[in-house]
Amino acid sequence: MNQDIHIPALARVEGEGALTIRLKDGAIDDILLNIYEPPRFFEGFLHGRHYQDVPDITARICGICPVAYQMSSVQALEAALQVTISPEVRSLRQLLYCAEYIESHALHIYLLQAPDLVGYESALSLAADDPQLVRQALQLKKIGNELLKIIGGRSIHPVNTCVGGFYRWPTIEAIHNLIPDLEWARQASIDTVKWAATLNFPDFEHDYEFVALNRIDDYAIYDGDILSSSGKRISPSDFEKHYLESHVERSNALHSHTADNGTYFVGPLARLNLNYKKLRPMARQAAREIGLKFPLRNPYKGLIARAIELVHVCDLAIELANAYQPVGSSFKEIRLLPGEGVGVSEAPRGLLYHRYVVDEQGFIRFAKITPPTAQNFAQMEADLWALAPSVVNQPQEQASLSFEHLLRSYDPCISCATHFLKLRIHRT
Amino acid sequence: MSKPTLAVYKFSSCDGCQLSLLNLEDELLDLAGAVEIAYFLEARRRTLPAPYDIALVEGSVSTPHEVERIKEIRSQAKNLVAIGACATSGGIQALRNFTNLDDLAMAVYEHPEYLHALPTSTPLSEHVRVDYELWGCPINKYQAVEVIQALLQKRRPNLPTHSICLDCKRQGVVCVMAAYGIPCLGPGTRTGCGVLCPSNGRGCYGCFGPAPSADMKSVVRSMNFVERYPAEVRGLLTHISNYAPAFHQIAETPEVTRNQARGGQK
Repeated sequence: MNQDIHIPALARVEGEGALTIRLKDGAIDDILLNIYEPPRFFEGFLHGRHYQDVPDITARICGICPVAYQMSSVQALEAALQVTISPEVRSLRQLLYCAEYIESHALHIYLLQAPDLVGYESALSLAADDPQLVRQALQLKKIGNELLKIIGGRSIHPVNTCVGGFYRWPTIEAIHNLIPDLEWARQASIDTVKWAATLNFPDFEHDYEFVALNRIDDYAIYDGDILSSSGKRISPSDFEKHYLESHVERSNALHSHTADNGTYFVGPLARLNLNYKKLRPMARQAAREIGLKFPLRNPYKGLIARAIELVHVCDLAIELANAYQPVGSSFKEIRLLPGEGVGVSEAPRGLLYHRYVVDEQGFIRFAKITPPTAQNFAQMEADLWALAPSVVNQPQEQASLSFEHLLRSYDPCISCATHFLKLRIHRT
Repeated sequence: MSKPTLAVYKFSSCDGCQLSLLNLEDELLDLAGAVEIAYFLEARRRTLPAPYDIALVEGSVSTPHEVERIKEIRSQAKNLVAIGACATSGGIQALRNFTNLDDLAMAVYEHPEYLHALPTSTPLSEHVRVDYELWGCPINKYQAVEVIQALLQKRRPNLPTHSICLDCKRQGVVCVMAAYGIPCLGPGTRTGCGVLCPSNGRGCYGCFGPAPSADMKSVVRSMNFVERYPAEVRGLLTHISNYAPAFHQIAETPEVTRNQARGGQK
């Protein structure tokens, strides 16, 4: 006998999905994380576009992390066109990326995940009881958005990024004026770490394969080599040989796995575990003060990793803003030549890979994009399997909340459809 | 007295317009005080049952399920507001309307037969009656506040429809087309973004859709003078708001397509 139970649930994520849990004789028979995000075919319609349209188009894949899409795509195209950007452009891109991290991490920590940990259905309800906490969160998020606006023109789908650099240098005055706010944000981030340490995270640890960018000299966000906790280090141009995508029937998103068919985990936990020593001293100190032990193997504690990264990016943003000194042209002139290039950066949710082929007139002949959430899907499913036995016998509402919280802790950026998870538990 | 109810929905889109509402950092808690946020899954888990006084809908209609869903939402909402380029014109993903969906799907997915997508991505207004439209990719969040306020105050919202070009003149932004020879769709594009691209030294690419009164033929003629690479003008018209009738009609005329043979665009 089948008993279908539908619980409309997964709020506070970006995307549409359904979770089906089938039970047979009291045991878990199958778990299907079904993403029915309407496909939008970006790689298809990038074909034939001029290379300079690409950062504007790929930004539209995600309203929450458009800068990540712009940064991976311009790096890939600059590699294809053999353009070397100036150090000043690189610094400003790093600053732009810091801004997106502040906005995106503040959103996820406080508005998307924290309500699960403090027992509220949303930050809006939480605000009724703790207005100060929510106001601080919104202020932090706003400072990220303000910095995005100063550099990019607007916070969602900024317009200033181009292949070769920026269309225009922001004024020194505008950047400097934001420094006091960034200093406030840095302190608010340190407070966020302390607050995060007081939360009760579910007990759930696994031996994941973490994958993130890595650099010798700093905490890799804008670029780097690809490092795995298995010890494997590859150059970005070898990504597709080691990390494969496949299309599974239940999902409109592609799923990734390693070349030997294992699952892997990208995002803030992966970055922090692999690159902890490269964090800025202030962020390391924040981690030490709460007694954090590495490696962190609890996906729910991605929230703590985000909080520590907030300290890092605020501190870095202050340094970059103080040092901001536009010199020369804000972009390199492009000489057309056919070529192929790869670009990888760390979106707030994890590794974001782009590859393009450009023809002799500057038109795109091939595009491939691997977003972080596609890489995490297989790991998310594996975690649902691991969690299920301890959850399925709970009352429906509680079971649903437990599954939802696990999925939300991954900060899935499905970003293409309604936020709606149907939990169906089939009992036979 | 109970508060008016607000619902926010997402169709095929990037989430950016809903995020614009969450980016009302200074106003969000006041907004939650003025209206009952009854359905807004990106922001909250709790949902209150329909009907709703105001429904804001982000995204285009691109799957069979979405065709049914928008009708249901319409029947449950006193006022339906389409928010953003996807909901008002089909969005960038409407580029599929001019090509064969099977070709596109093959370019992205190994097994297109698993997909459940319509061959077109269309604005809400092709499926249901829409009370107001907020253009933009993303929307201007203050226009969203204006619409909500106007609906609460039972007045018409003040949503300007003149072109970007006029605002550049008003704000003293240097004309990128006249001064630097960069094609700019500003004379044909609805205002609302705050003349972002020209003030960043680049041409407008039409995020806010066509300005209702624009003479597209003249706009195209002036851009053709300064086209820098094959099919650049066509690229601007077939961008974010490609399926907006004023843009896609002119994009198919010989004045725009004549450069295409040398260019790479389909």
